[in-house]
Amino acid sequence: MKKAIMYVNQFFGQIGGEDKADFKPVIRAEQVGPVQPMAAQLHGEITHTVICGDNFMGSNTEEALAFIIGELEKLEFDLFIAGPAFQAGRYGVACGSVCRAVSRRFGVPVVTSMHVENPGVEMFKKDMYIMKGGNSAVKMRGNLADMARLCNKLLDGEPLLGAEAERYFARGIRHQAWTEGNSTAADRAVDMLLKRVRGEAFVTELPIPKLDRVPIATAIHDLSKAKVALVTSGGIVPVENPDKIQSASATRWGRYDISSMDRLESGVFKTIHAGYDPAAADADPNVVVPLDALREYEKEGRIGKLDDHFYTTVGTGTTQGEAQRMAREMVECLKKDGVDAVILTST
Amino acid sequence: MVKEIERAGLPVVQMCNLLPVAKTTGANRIVPTISIPYPLGDPKTSREEQNKLRYHRVGVALSALTSDIQEQTVFKVDI
Repeated sequence: MKKAIMYVNQFFGQIGGEDKADFKPVIRAEQVGPVQPMAAQLHGEITHTVICGDNFMGSNTEEALAFIIGELEKLEFDLFIAGPAFQAGRYGVACGSVCRAVSRRFGVPVVTSMHVENPGVEMFKKDMYIMKGGNSAVKMRGNLADMARLCNKLLDGEPLLGAEAERYFARGIRHQAWTEGNSTAADRAVDMLLKRVRGEAFVTELPIPKLDRVPIATAIHDLSKAKVALVTSGGIVPVENPDKIQSASATRWGRYDISSMDRLESGVFKTIHAGYDPAAADADPNVVVPLDALREYEKEGRIGKLDDHFYTTVGTGTTQGEAQRMAREMVECLKKDGVDAVILTST
Repeated sequence: MVKEIERAGLPVVQMCNLLPVAKTTGANRIVPTISIPYPLGDPKTSREEQNKLRYHRVGVALSALTSDIQEQTVFKVDI
């Protein structure tokens, strides 16, 4: 029977929530959490579960990967599975990092699953099969079934039908394939051209990926005359959260007066971000919004002035569309207030 | 968010821990922080050490805003 090993984070590995996100990697000879339902569908045996905290993997990637690869060297397996990671950014990046390292070292197929807005998709889709997954754990069952279907084809040595049909993110790998009806490229190109001339819908065979890059803004010439503003996606707000910014999947943002403060005091400000352990940020909000350091630079004259307000929202589970809109709204205020440059902190 | 701010012509520096994410999403000026839950001050260290680290890294961010760069740049920090 073929063998597989599966990776999950501290939450799905039943270690704990955000307070356990620093959990160091372990390998267990059992099926933990979602590994059980996955194993039930697989044409093979899942012998081990790898568990690692998302923050540990994010902040100590090399150490975590070295440990996991070292442990895997003692084991035999034909396939490696990670996730599903849904829209959880750190988890998605962790799944991608582990899968890529495993694939490079052992040459076995690797499969994971993420929502299209997970940053892990752009980072890793070329290196592995990333199934098109749902945005939250509500979609666990369906996502596991999708992953199992692809995993079984890989284990059984069945040919894959390409990204679209198998429902993984296109990897940019071109395969030679027979088209339906065996029409030649010349015929298909002319057909496409005719459709275009007639204004009909057609599907290109060579989609060009669009990379959204922004031109680099001109550097500040003289910082001592510039007005600098602080923006954060780390969810720091006045303790009563007056604008009711959501703790996840935010659609609202806040702008708060700091003109009379030298630092953000604990008990006056806190974080409402649901994607990281709030203990440190609640005890000292300056670790996320470094008002104290910027005041020092203002007093020293290194910057002309710190903006009277800081801007804040929550960056976990927030869609790119909402983040764009919120940032555009912030920019309107920033420009009106004559801000010249921005420091944005993210968690 | 970083891109929308820069699109408006404002130089912006992103301070973050997950550098690969910032690079993939297209931030142009990046300064590393030390972790996700406490980007600019480890609560296990003394207040003095935290202040020193925060002052240093925010200083690097300010330098980043005055640096003419030709490509996406991750600025080096010393502490």
